[in-house]
Amino acid sequence: MEYIFSLEFIYIIASVTYILGLKMLGHPETARKGNLIAAAGMTLAILGTIFLYKGEHVNSTIYILIAVAILIGTIIGWMIAKKVAMTKMPELVSLFNGMGGASAALIGLIEFHHYTGDKLSVFTIIAGMVIGSISFSGSMVAWAKLNGTMNKPIRLPKYNILNNVFFLLILAFAAYVILSGSDSQLYIYLLFFAALAYGILFVIPIGGADMPVVISLLNSFTGLAAAFGGFLYGNMVMLTGGILVGSAGTILTFAMCKAMNRPLSNVIFGAFGEGAVAAGTGSTIKGSIKEASASDVAILMNYAKKVIIVPGYGLAVAQAQHAIHELEQLLESKGVEVKYAIHPVAGRMPGHMNVLLAETNVEYDKLAEMDDVNPEFQSTDVVFVVGANDVVNPAAHNDPTSPIYGMPILDVENAKQIIINKRSMKPGYAGIENELFYNNKASMLFGDAKKMIQALINELKNM
Amino acid sequence: MTELIDFISNNLQMIYIVILMIFVGVEVIGHVPAVLHTPLMSGANAIHGVVIIGAILVMLNAEPDNILALALGFVAVLLGTLNVVGGFVVTDRMLEMFKKKK
Repeated sequence: MEYIFSLEFIYIIASVTYILGLKMLGHPETARKGNLIAAAGMTLAILGTIFLYKGEHVNSTIYILIAVAILIGTIIGWMIAKKVAMTKMPELVSLFNGMGGASAALIGLIEFHHYTGDKLSVFTIIAGMVIGSISFSGSMVAWAKLNGTMNKPIRLPKYNILNNVFFLLILAFAAYVILSGSDSQLYIYLLFFAALAYGILFVIPIGGADMPVVISLLNSFTGLAAAFGGFLYGNMVMLTGGILVGSAGTILTFAMCKAMNRPLSNVIFGAFGEGAVAAGTGSTIKGSIKEASASDVAILMNYAKKVIIVPGYGLAVAQAQHAIHELEQLLESKGVEVKYAIHPVAGRMPGHMNVLLAETNVEYDKLAEMDDVNPEFQSTDVVFVVGANDVVNPAAHNDPTSPIYGMPILDVENAKQIIINKRSMKPGYAGIENELFYNNKASMLFGDAKKMIQALINELKNM
Repeated sequence: MTELIDFISNNLQMIYIVILMIFVGVEVIGHVPAVLHTPLMSGANAIHGVVIIGAILVMLNAEPDNILALALGFVAVLLGTLNVVGGFVVTDRMLEMFKKKK
């Protein structure tokens, strides 16, 4: 009977909940329950470890310290997670990911001198610590970038070579520390700080729009760091949880890259946005743009049968998701069919736009995914593009020199009228011109998304 | 070299787990709609918070007079908790919005 309640048994249950939880997270109907199941498994594993693990010199002070740490962490984590606005979600994931990485790194720092001489244990310790540190500092940079604190990609001259050489140096030094059997505290701290520095150098040259991919990658790094901890302690739940996230995170990273039609190496080594752009921004685009006023657009929409809204990050930045929902309801009440066309990478993360719109109570059925909605544009009277640019750029279809060539886009040019709301003619993240703006059927509605949508609502109400 | 072979034969069980888990991870994530990528990433993010178990083990194994180890362990437990609690709560908040509205 005692055996059933042993720690090993609890770890098995927890491992199963992680697999089940992740599986359920992959389906809209079961996702929420899946998350709760994994959370329950985690709670069980943590409580089991505290109460059932027999340490050598455990005294009540240590239990109190653990309890206090968990209490503080729970309160802060809960408050941050509950309070932060939905538009800030991606940086929050990055922040929490960094915390996990830091935790793994600290474990390595403490355990290093306990295992002197045992080369393979030292290897797992150092591997976990280096990966955890990179994940921590990298996540912090990603967080700062998404936060807007650190806007521009910072590129040192020859940063790719520099970073790779630095990384090789870290590897060589780590190998030396492991093989020499040294117990020098100086070495382990040196490695720790070098890994932190590498994490910063690794993320700093990457543009803000690529941060989701980076976060997903660092996410799987942290999983790996946790798994190394599991190896060190022979702890099965750390091993299963860590490897599971490491492998799932890697697949997710590739899925995100696929949605943007860019190989991962492009994201990391930044082929994007430099040479390619220079080639793509030729003077190929001729013609002039048409400007429309809010009342022109309101009239168009009022007499349309079908309107499709294409929301982009600009909408989220302007906090216009509530306004757009109001516009949608107003149009529906006037008998216009309204839908949202969601590009897989709209927003700051895949699925981010869905989350933002769902928050304002937009019906789930109104959010159409790219492949479903693309054939519908032909029968659409008005397409309203709000704060999106690259995901509707026809260059992805017909300009092989364009850096976004081949990326799947929303075929808005098939619609009868195209209204594009932007703040200015400034190109999108990719830094390339958009010939859609020069299309005969296109009109530009310049201005802040929230203000312009509000203006449209006012105009429509008066009709 | 002998060390490596010893290591493998001593840890056969763990090596099997690693291999199988890699495939489970790939299987579980395959064919997920893009809509759910963000919550999925966030959920996976919470699960690697399992590293907190290691932090707790560090503290349970530390000598009571090793102040540095206890202090670092304390921070590690705290950060691990942030990862776990924040991760699961934020995922739940995202998914709450996906429920069907009647």
